[in-house]
Amino acid sequence: MSVLIFLDQSDGHVKKNSLEAACYGAKVAELLNTTAEGIILGTINDPASLGKYGLKKIHLVKNESLNNFDDAVFTEVIADAVKKTDAKVIIFSNNFNGKAIAPRLSAKLKAGLVSGALALPELSNGFVVKKNVFSGKAFANVSIKTEIKIISLNANAYKITEGNETAEVSELNVDIPPSKVKVKEVNKIVGEVPLAEAEIVVSGGRGLKGPENWGIVTDLAKALGAATACSRPVSDSDWRPHHEHVGQTGLTIAPNLYIAIGISGAIQHLAGVNRSKKIVVINKDPEAPFFKAADYGIVGDAFEVVPKITEAVKKLKGI
Amino acid sequence: MKILVCISKTPDTTAKIAFTDNNTKFAEAGVQFILNPYDEWYALVRAIELKEADTSTILHLINVGGADADPIIRKALALGGDEAFRVNSDSRDSFYIASQIAEIAKQNNYDLIFTGKETIDYNGSSVGGMVAELLNLPYISLATKFTLAGTSCTLHREIEGGEEIDEVSLPVVVSCQKGVAEQRIPNMRGIMSARTKPLKVTEPVNADTLTSIDSFELPPPKAGVKLVPADKPEELVRLLHEEAKVF
Ligand SMILES: Cc1cc2nc3c(=O)[nH]c(=O)nc-3n(C[C@H](O)[C@H](O)[C@H](O)COP(=O)(O)OP(=O)(O)OC[C@H]3O[C@@H](n4cnc5c(N)ncnc54)[C@H](O)[C@@H]3O)c2cc1C
Ligand SMILES: Nc1ncnc2c1ncn2[C@@H]1O[C@H](COP(=O)(O)O)[C@@H](O)[C@H]1O
Repeated sequence: MSVLIFLDQSDGHVKKNSLEAACYGAKVAELLNTTAEGIILGTINDPASLGKYGLKKIHLVKNESLNNFDDAVFTEVIADAVKKTDAKVIIFSNNFNGKAIAPRLSAKLKAGLVSGALALPELSNGFVVKKNVFSGKAFANVSIKTEIKIISLNANAYKITEGNETAEVSELNVDIPPSKVKVKEVNKIVGEVPLAEAEIVVSGGRGLKGPENWGIVTDLAKALGAATACSRPVSDSDWRPHHEHVGQTGLTIAPNLYIAIGISGAIQHLAGVNRSKKIVVINKDPEAPFFKAADYGIVGDAFEVVPKITEAVKKLKGI
Repeated sequence: MKILVCISKTPDTTAKIAFTDNNTKFAEAGVQFILNPYDEWYALVRAIELKEADTSTILHLINVGGADADPIIRKALALGGDEAFRVNSDSRDSFYIASQIAEIAKQNNYDLIFTGKETIDYNGSSVGGMVAELLNLPYISLATKFTLAGTSCTLHREIEGGEEIDEVSLPVVVSCQKGVAEQRIPNMRGIMSARTKPLKVTEPVNADTLTSIDSFELPPPKAGVKLVPADKPEELVRLLHEEAKVF
């Protein structure tokens, strides 16, 4: 038996959220007294080094066609690997590709899935995994009742730790079914911290008055090495690109630090960010609802306060 | 062209979340239930637009739920859609729900099956992918744009730090999110005609449940906000660094 972790890669690098899944999977394997093994589809640089995340073996399915994502093909290949490695627990990151493959694999193998896991499984009474429900307003403890179990781990829910082992790398021979999906284009925004993976996020709302004022947000984000986000009216008015919109109808994030500038804190906005570990709110209105969800706050004018915060961060970091 | 839209019933976005029966059941008393926003605004509206572009299109709706889901099904019929199926079951397991949807789909040969991004109560984001697998169809998850050209379609989907553009031949299962369509409000004519549209109640087929919810928990209450004076922003930075240790 083994714990098998799907390592999602892009341009030869394993995505950060998959490294979190690897460390989580290594711990699950330890709890189950077995080994953690990774599987990678496509081509990757230096797979042996992934041993440092606690993976004993890396199974490679090297095929050019797998650099194009197709959830049906990936599901077939992983299902085959599950058989060959006798995996009893399969772990994904609950990222975009994870959300596409994990449910398919669950249906294919009739293996119970908990999507968006937050913590290690509780094994004292079956196999119970904690996840967010009601858009972050509650947790559910979900019991997986099948022999094979699938978990997809929420971004930033488990810390990456590095050891100094190397993994045994081998190629897995599996049949690759033809793809019915033609990937025509992949457009990536280069040079920015991807919001879904960011540990710190600086976000702006309608309080900033217009797109021309976003410099204070991006300057602070740059000083912190953070990604930028925004509230819905901001992206609806095209002040900021749509992929920055967080909340009920936008992206759900859970960074270590979320800084909300000129955002009132409507319940639909909170639904996307209330899983952040620490929340800082900067708003000129002391009655803004966001302060109730915040850990730290400044009541004041963003245009005066934020540049000073940026200066203080730069000073602290010596930049 | 035949389209199936999967619709679910969820508590209103602003509903108070509480639990009863020793934290094993969601407290429904006083909660208003709505059509799951992603199903309504994106999946259903896009399907209605496709029907408007080609009036020969047949648009079916499906819900797996109890009789208490009928009002939201009627609302969906009021927005558009020709007829609805309700598979009479209260199960909350995604695989069980997907199995019921797949069964109805097999009997009707749809060209397109739309789901929402996720249900806003259980946040599984799972039913669509499971339906696709059970029907052996391609699946595009979290689509932000959908365009049809004959028997194939072009979709945009979000990926880490960007987007991907895919082309797929029908039939296909798509989970829809923001960007695919714009929210609509049902008009009086729609509301009147929805009353007479068929809502067929069928009994579920045998299917496994793979998971069950043991219990719910509410997050611990926040300790309260620590306010820093506006003229001392460096104090905030110190707290974040030394106390919260976030950088
Ligand atoms: C079904 C539904 C879904 C929704 N989904 C989302 C979603 O996904 N994401 C989302 O964000 N919203 C969503 N909304 C909208 C949400 O309800 C709010 O309307 C929105 O979040 C408000 O955005 P805001 O806080 O930027 O703007 P506002 O509510 O206008 O708040 C602006 C804030 O800035 C403060 N301010 C003004 N000037 C300054 C200054 N100089 N310095 C400091 N502070 C200042 C004000 O005090 C105020 O608190 C949704 C709404 C509905 C009904
Ligand atoms: N009980 C249900 N009946 C019909 N469709 C459903 C049901 N539950 C979920 N769906 C569909 O599947 C999507 C994803 O749901 P979930 O996997 O629960 O997050 C929803 O947006 C709906 O389109």
